[in-house]
Amino acid sequence: MQTGAAIKESMADRLFLAVLYTILSLIMIAVAYPLIYIVSSSFSSSDAVIGGKVWIWPVDPTLNGYRAVFIYPEVWSGYVNSFVYTVLGTALSVTLTIMMAYPLSRKTFYGRHFFISLLLFAMIFNGGLIPYYLVVKALGLLNTIWAVVVPGALNIFSIIVAKTFFQTTIPNELYESASIDGCSDIRFLLKIVLPLSKPIIAVLTLWSAVGIWNSYFSALIFLNDKSLYPLQLILREILVMNNVQMTSMNLSPELIQKFEDMRNLLRYSVIVVASVPVLFLYPIAQKYFVQGVMIGSVKE
Amino acid sequence: MEPDKTIAAQTSVPVKSLFQDAVKKMMRHWQLYLVIALPTAFLITFNYIPMLGAQIAFKDYNPVQGIWNSPWVGWKHFEFFFGSPYFWPVIKNTLTISIYSLVVGIPSAIFLAVALNEVKHLRFKKTVQMVTYAPYFISVVVLIGMMQIILSPSTGLYGQLARLFGIDSPPDVMGSPAAFASLYVWSGIWQETGYGAIIYLAALSNVNPELYEAAKMDGATRLHKIVHIDLPAIRPTIIVLFILAVGGLLGVGFEKVYLLQTPLNLSASEIIATYVYKIGLIDANYSFAVAVGLFNSVVGFILILIANFIARKVSESSLF
Repeated sequence: MQTGAAIKESMADRLFLAVLYTILSLIMIAVAYPLIYIVSSSFSSSDAVIGGKVWIWPVDPTLNGYRAVFIYPEVWSGYVNSFVYTVLGTALSVTLTIMMAYPLSRKTFYGRHFFISLLLFAMIFNGGLIPYYLVVKALGLLNTIWAVVVPGALNIFSIIVAKTFFQTTIPNELYESASIDGCSDIRFLLKIVLPLSKPIIAVLTLWSAVGIWNSYFSALIFLNDKSLYPLQLILREILVMNNVQMTSMNLSPELIQKFEDMRNLLRYSVIVVASVPVLFLYPIAQKYFVQGVMIGSVKE
Repeated sequence: MEPDKTIAAQTSVPVKSLFQDAVKKMMRHWQLYLVIALPTAFLITFNYIPMLGAQIAFKDYNPVQGIWNSPWVGWKHFEFFFGSPYFWPVIKNTLTISIYSLVVGIPSAIFLAVALNEVKHLRFKKTVQMVTYAPYFISVVVLIGMMQIILSPSTGLYGQLARLFGIDSPPDVMGSPAAFASLYVWSGIWQETGYGAIIYLAALSNVNPELYEAAKMDGATRLHKIVHIDLPAIRPTIIVLFILAVGGLLGVGFEKVYLLQTPLNLSASEIIATYVYKIGLIDANYSFAVAVGLFNSVVGFILILIANFIARKVSESSLF
């Protein structure tokens, strides 16, 4: 009787659910459609794209858009640069985050509240763009890869999330028993805390990596040399400024015919190519990002 | 017992032993100070030294004399900013974008979370989440690039659709000042609602299932349960996110607005962040740009304190 009552939905509830499922399906389509459209267009001929024949599936399938990416050298230098910046920046950022978060998670760390106040104040107040720029300039980082990697490495929000993680998962008794056995603080961090902290390290790595890969601001203000540009700045020229500098000079006659086609399709294919690395991470990222947000939502 | 002695004992001796105590506590964990030294150096270099550098808002900065030796000029740059014809448009544009984002963004994420929470069909729920969450991983450059492609009046989907309905030359929305705020906000909704819903879903997953059972026994419909159980359960989360949003009202990010800007929509798209970038880093008018930036930081700081204070008064939850 009771289980029957729990499962059975009233008429009003069933109607309510039907409306809900419909709305959610519509939201899902609205979110997915622009992505599908861009991917399908990137595999279609440029005539079909410009002529408005592409709606869902590719029309006149061709790989010309992707050939264009291959012969556009700046995309590749941007790709390599972004990769280097992401790896270095993430390694630095995760290391710094743990180095700050772990001591702050220890209740017996004298001065803990002073450091936490220092972090919180920096989170809600800042000196502004120009003084920040002048510091980077004074350190001689301008127009070097370090300008993209170093200044933004410390993320206060990540530190707070990591600190919460350490507080909730590393029991104090563990430290006490280790310290009785003569284990030092640094040894304890390296040998016991880090192996227990794989989930938070994954969260921090993904946050940082996706953030660096997708950002263009540091590169815009700190870099002049085009050979140092990350992928996002190259994309900005192609997609937003509509500045495609492709020369047909070194192309074979057969390719020259395809040239205009490739030029037009480049804007679609480059979107796909730039987003693929993040999409590979997506299944893992989704799991860990959710975990990270949940840890972040736990209040001390 | 002599009162004088006890007072003396309470003041002088504990101070000394407090100090010794502190040193002892610090020595016990000296390695932790070693560990925290490097990130603290980063914090000071890239967060606190710029705060000191912000003093050039009150000076006429020139690179030869540097930050400390350039001459003081008082409030000159602030007065110039408050009196400049850019002041109100820039503030108005910034606030329009941020309030519009807040008013639409927070309810959208709540709606999605509450709706997903009602779905008992697990596969469907996972699929909706996975799809709505995906755009969060797209870079802002790619997002604006997609908008340019799709909203092009000649070749984009928007143009094609308009022609289907018999409009031969639809207006160029990407260049229109009137459409700017809506483009900014709704593209943000598209990109971030799935991500924003996660935090509310996490709060909803903590609701005691017995509450639902009890409500069911009392004859509550699903809508009743949403209003009387779900929404109160996520109230603290809403308040904290709202405080953060209010604190960020003047801090609209540079990256997206700058990419969406065109000479045509500048009257609606020039915000504080892009204005500071242009007068500071493009025109190298450092002191003036710092004054504008500092004004922004101080107002943002005050806003977040006020929001936090009000939240603490009217409810249990606050940020700090």
